[in-house]
This record gives sequence, structure tokens and C-alpha cells, in this order.
Amino acid sequence: MLDAENSWEQKPVEVAFRSITKRFPPDILANDRVSFEVKKGTVHALLGENGAGKTTLMNIFYGLFSPDGGEIIIQGKPVKISSPREAINLGIGMVHQHFKLIPTHTVAENIILGLMSTSFFFPAEKSEAEIRALSEKYGLKVDPRARVWQLSAGEKQKVEILKALYRKASILILDEPTSVLTPQEAEELFATLRAMKEEGKTCIFITHKLNEVKEIADAVTVMRKGRVVSTILPSQVSLEELARMTVGKEVVSVVPRKTLSNRIVLQLQDVSAMGDRDFPALLNLSLSVREGEIVGVAGIAGNGQKELAEVIVGLREVTGGRIFLEDKEITNLLPRDIASLGVAYIPEERNLGLVGEMSVAENLLLRGYYQPPFSQGFWVDWEKAEAYSEKLISHYQINPPLSDIPVRLLSGGNRQRVIIARELEQKPKLVVASNPTAGLDVSGVEAIHKLLIQAQEKGAGILLISGDLDELLKLSNRIVIMFKGEIVGEKEKEHWTEEDRREIGLGMGGVKG
Amino acid sequence: MVLELILGTLNRALAYGTPLLLATLGEIYVERAGVLNLGIEGMMMIGAFSSFVVAYATSNPWLGIVVGAIVGGLFSLIHAFSSITLRANQTVSGLALTMLGTGIAETLGRSWEGKVLTSPIKSFSGDFLSSLPGGLDLLFKDSNLLVVVSIILALVMWFFLFKTKPGLFLRSCGENPSACDALGINVWKVRYLAVLWGGIMAGLGGAYISIAYRPTWSSGMTQGMGWLAVALTIFSFWNPIYAPLGAYLFGALFHLAFRLQVFVAPEFLNSLPYLFPVIALVFVSRLAFRKKIGVPGSLGKPYERGKSG
Ligand SMILES: Nc1ncnc2c1ncn2[C@@H]1O[C@H](COP(=O)(O)OP(=O)(O)OP(=O)(O)O)[C@@H](O)[C@H]1O
Ligand SMILES: [Mg+2]
Repeated sequence: MLDAENSWEQKPVEVAFRSITKRFPPDILANDRVSFEVKKGTVHALLGENGAGKTTLMNIFYGLFSPDGGEIIIQGKPVKISSPREAINLGIGMVHQHFKLIPTHTVAENIILGLMSTSFFFPAEKSEAEIRALSEKYGLKVDPRARVWQLSAGEKQKVEILKALYRKASILILDEPTSVLTPQEAEELFATLRAMKEEGKTCIFITHKLNEVKEIADAVTVMRKGRVVSTILPSQVSLEELARMTVGKEVVSVVPRKTLSNRIVLQLQDVSAMGDRDFPALLNLSLSVREGEIVGVAGIAGNGQKELAEVIVGLREVTGGRIFLEDKEITNLLPRDIASLGVAYIPEERNLGLVGEMSVAENLLLRGYYQPPFSQGFWVDWEKAEAYSEKLISHYQINPPLSDIPVRLLSGGNRQRVIIARELEQKPKLVVASNPTAGLDVSGVEAIHKLLIQAQEKGAGILLISGDLDELLKLSNRIVIMFKGEIVGEKEKEHWTEEDRREIGLGMGGVKG
Repeated sequence: MVLELILGTLNRALAYGTPLLLATLGEIYVERAGVLNLGIEGMMMIGAFSSFVVAYATSNPWLGIVVGAIVGGLFSLIHAFSSITLRANQTVSGLALTMLGTGIAETLGRSWEGKVLTSPIKSFSGDFLSSLPGGLDLLFKDSNLLVVVSIILALVMWFFLFKTKPGLFLRSCGENPSACDALGINVWKVRYLAVLWGGIMAGLGGAYISIAYRPTWSSGMTQGMGWLAVALTIFSFWNPIYAPLGAYLFGALFHLAFRLQVFVAPEFLNSLPYLFPVIALVFVSRLAFRKKIGVPGSLGKPYERGKSG
């Protein structure tokens, strides 16, 4: 342990943040005198709850925002970074929390975009060889000619990293890179990061997953409410301590209910549906969810999970088979009718569930605005709506607790709370949740788990689609495995073991158990 | 006989479709950069008028053409400023540009009404045409140098857009400006240049009408071609290589509406060129929706740094 400390201490400082301060209107203090140092050739984790200001700080470093105060020092020299171009010239690369890729372009086109040094004619074709060499070197396998919309989340991320490496980045910022990855893909990413470290490159790695900090980071800076709590070496603290430092209080894990009734809430009979690109996404899929049961759907993203959720809530046409909610058939009903029968939906794509430009209060009202008590004939009763949203904001701990700011100003975790608040407040019989905790901090994850379990206790059946196997093992009463639009495995357990975990992991990859 | 009818129709289609083609090519670049400019009709009117006045006063039609293009370009900067710099609503700003352009051209043009240009751009000479191999002389009978230039422009603009570095940057700004910004592309500059180019092309289209196609001045002489260009932009899937197809198809429809009056009710025929885009657009938008191609991802959305969601 002392060794680790010594070797980290002795490394030269690559970047120093000195008293960085950033305010957003109306009066959000996103970064409050943030100071810490990042050593050369290390992976430096940045940990902190949702809205702590991690992304803001990195956007400042990358020249997207200008700070209200403080300075950034790279290799001893103070620098002023007022645009991404200057950041790139200083050797900084950034993989954003939400990918900044152009889906209709090829991989090569995305990588060379913005580079003045590429050739004038046929720029993408002429850079393919160089891209291939880089992919080879860092274990980032992607086809330079593939269109980005065809890629999985993991491959898209490789493109983002290649973009930075192609620009000869020596400092790479990764904003929550693993929240979209399967466990295997995350391992591949770590291998790439280790290769980069070997070369003396530096990584700043934002994450909410504490075990990742333990696994890959040489040092970790914990932020809370815009400030730095401390910078420590992960080898010197336990996971529990890390969790406590992040949220400032003890994190209590919740347990789901184990006893079940036999009443079926949701039943799918031989359901088929097409995907976005005229390709069959669901093939004669049958599935049921009982009252008070949490059914986990495991699988690598892109195996029909999104389509499964969409056919149930009425957003995608069912081309074969039937769907029942209790005894009522809901196949191909309108989404609003399905919702009013008691189906709540927490979509994967957060922008789908929210209207960014509209206020928090308005977003909370999207389900119920046309019904009493909010709607009086033609009019919306804004006083009632206001009171209702104040209540939800405090009950679901939405932060900052302001009902009149546009939703797009909230951090990812808080946006998710807005959706969950709106959906669970409808007292649903069935909850369809797609990756409900993706990108949330430890306390956020626990809070959402708690809310789901509360809904379960009230008797709701829950279909939990998640790429996070640990989450499924923690919450599910039953787990089904999806592969290429079909259910290839199913297990019901009271307690899940390491053996189950391994088996389900293999099933996700298409190996039948 | 049939061949002659076809060649004759195509000949008129070329002559009539050229201003449509020029304006459409310009709008394709504008929309590829992510800006919607509904001011084409206004820019064409301004271009038509300014070029007519210059050609009339100097007796130099080519000078008129150049001035028409420049004035169209300068005029488009109003839209660039309000929609890119001020981030105003692009639909409203574009409509305002159309109203302003037609208004100015008609007000200033009152004293020119009905004047005829004595030195227009002439169609290809008989000598040149008879030197062309079989049939081509009929095809290009009513064409002039600008017609040929516009076809070449379609090819060059296609190559530039899809095979060069600046073309890639241009397309990217319309798809995802925040990705471009993060890579150090100056999104504002690219969008300004695209809008400027769109204005130049629309001005050129207008100038073609008043100096070559019908060398007189009368108010409203662009006849809603600017609006057809908006539809044609979609019809060509935002791809310059398809723009001539659409433009000449419209040209042919107009000509046929005129030729077939004896057989079919003229009201029906006259509505064809306008009915057709509606049908075509419904078809195209369905196609675009399903295949997720075509429509630039950020079309019509102003870009502001650091704004998420
Ligand atoms: N463009 C903006 N305008 C106004 N407020 C903003 C803006 N961007 C971020 N904020 C606010 O600044 C604070 C810090 O946000 P930031 O995105 O940096 O958090 P984060 O630590 O990255 O959280 P998460 O883990 O959820 O991604 C939040 O309260 C957020 O609502
Ligand atoms: Mg963030």
C-alpha cells in the first residue's frame, strides 16, 4: 500500500486545477473553488453524486464553458482554454457522457471530422489505414467503413476514443464511459486504458461505479455539491468509505420482496415486431409478469429489449401475437389508452420521456394534465399543478428543488427522477423500466431501487430491462435472458449465486444453458 | 415523331427547370448545414430584379448575372444573421425574407414594369446546335450557357459535398453541430457560408429568369419557383446529384400542362406541378422516416454551445 502511495506521489503533475469556479443562472454553483492535481501516466477517477459538477468541470477543461474563476495548469504552465480547438491543440481529448457522433456518417468520417491536416479529396478513405493501425495498437476494433448507426454502444465508444487518439491526445477525459457497456466491454476498455498509461498518457475517468474506481484508478477525487471533498488513493479506502464520501451519508441497500401472488398482470403471447430498420426485432416472444413480481430482462443491448418495452406500452406496432394486461387485451392500443389502464413506462432514452424545454412542473404533469384535478374542462389548474409538483419534487428528492426551471438544465440523475416521479405517481399495475439507473450515483441507484420495490409492494408487476447484471440479480424474482429477439433462458430464484451470474452472463452472449 | 415530342418536351424542361435547379442546389447546401431558409422566393426576386436593372442599364447581360448572384448572396445574410447569430426561429425569419424580397422587388420595380431587355442572354446559336450530333440539337434548342453551367454545378457540388473535407464538415454541421463544435469546427462560420452560397445560387436562378428565360421585367415573375425549390430540396434527398432530375421533371410538367390543354381541363393540368410535389413529398418523407436517411439531423435547430437535451 505504501508503495502505491509512493509511486503516485513521485509522478510528475500533468494537470492542476486551481480554484475553478463556475456559476449557472439562476444561481447554481456548479463548481466551487475546485482544486486538485492529476499525475502524468495515471488514471484519475472523478467520483461524485449526480449534479456534483464533474461534467461541468471537464467541459471547462475542454474549452466548452469558460470558468468564472480559477486557473488550469498543464505541465507547470497556466493555460487559457477558450474553445475545444485550443483544448485539442493542448493534447486534450474528451469522450462525452452523451456521445458526440454523427450516426449517418462512417466511422472514419467521424474520426477525421474537424481535422485540418487531412487531405482535401477523399479524406475518409485516405485516413483508413492510419485508423486501422491505431485500432490495432490500442485494441479498439471497429471497421472504419461501418456507419455509426450500425454500431453497438461499446463500439461507438471505441470510435470516440479513437477520435481522441487520432488527434494525438495525451490527456483523455472519459465521462461515465462504462454506463453503456456490458461487463465484457468494460474490461476491454480498461485494457485500452492500461495500454495508454504504459505510454505515459493520462486519463481522467468519471464514474459512479465504486468497484471500477478500485479496479482501474490510481487516484480518486471525490466531489460533492460543486466542491472537492478530497483526493485519495483508492487502495487506501474501502468501498463503504468511498460510498460515504460520495454522498456524505451512509448508503443503505434495499431488499426486494420475495413472496409472490399468482395473479398475472402482463401476458405476452407469441409477440413479434419489427425493429427500426425493417428487421424483425421480436420473434414469437412469450412472457408473463405476476402481481408484485420483478421480472428482470437480461441481455446485451440491441437484442430486442427496447422493442419489447415499446410493444407493451404501445409505441411500436405488434405484427403478430397478443398482449394482455390482466384480462384486457392491449395489443396495438394507443399509448395513452395503455397508460391510463395502469402501465407506467421509464424509457431508456431520457430525452424520450421528457420535454427538455419545458419546466419540471410541466414535465411532471405530462401524464395527468388532461384529467381532474389538474384539468378543469378546457383549462389547466396551475395552482394545483404547482402544489403537486412541489410535493413530488420533495418526495422524490429532485435537485435543485425548483419546479419552474427547464428540465434540460437538470443533471442526468435528476432528470431520471422526474420521469420516475411522474410515472410511479400514477399507481401503476405494471411498470416497464428500461435501464432505470443508468448513469445514476450510488444514492440515486438506491433511491430508484427503493421506489421500484415500493411499487412492487403495492402490488405492481415490474418488467425490469437492464444491461447491469448486478442490478438484475439484486432486484429480480425471476430473470429471463434475451438474445436476438427471443427468450433463450429463464430462472426463478430467491437468492442468486455466483453460479447463476456466470450462467446468465453466458446466456447473454448466446450460449444456451 | 414521338422522339421529337420527347426531345421537344425535354428541351423546354431544361429551359424552365434551370432556375429551379440553381435555387434547389443552393438550398441543399443551406439545409445540409442545418439551416432552413424559406426565403428562396424573396432572394430569387431580388436577384431577378437587380440583375435586370444592371443588364438594362449597361446592356451587358453577364454583368447582370454576376450582380444578381452577389445581391442574392448579400440579401441572404439577413437570414444568416437572424437565424444563426440571433438564433431566431428559422421558419419565421425565412418567411420574412421572402416577403421582404418580393416587396422590395415589386416596389422598386414599378417603373420598370413591362420593360424589355434588348441584350438578353441568347440561346445557343444555330451554328453551334447543328454541329451537335443527332437529336442533341433539338434537346438544347432553347438552352444557353447557364443551363450547361447549372448541370456542371450539380456534379461539382455533389463531389464537393460527399468527397471532400470541407464537404464533410458542411454535412456534419447539419447533422450534429455540437459534435462539430467539440472537434473544433467553427459551426457558425460553416453555416454562414452555406447560407451565403444558397443566396448566391437563388440570386443566380432569379437572374436567369429575368435575363435569359424571359428577358422582361414584370412583378411576380418568379411565379413561386422559390417554393418549388424548397420542395425539390426534399425531393432530391438533399443530394445535388438528384436535383436536376426533380427540377427537369417539374419543367416538363409545366410544359405539358401548357401543351395538353387541348385534351385535358387546363385547371387540372395547371395544378399538376403543384399537386405533384405534395404527393412526392408524402412519399419521400415516409421513405426518409423509415430508412432514417436524408433529413439532416439538426435541420432548423439553432446551435448554442453547452446547451444539452
Ligand atoms: N448549461 C447549464 N445551465 C445551467 N445549469 C447547468 C448547466 N449544466 C449543468 N448545470 C447544473 O450544474 C450542476 C452540475 O452539473 P453537472 O452536469 O456538472 O453534474 P455531474 O456531476 O456531471 O452529474 P451527473 O453525474 O448526473 O452527470 C447541476 O446542478 C446542473 O443542473
Ligand atoms: Mg455528468
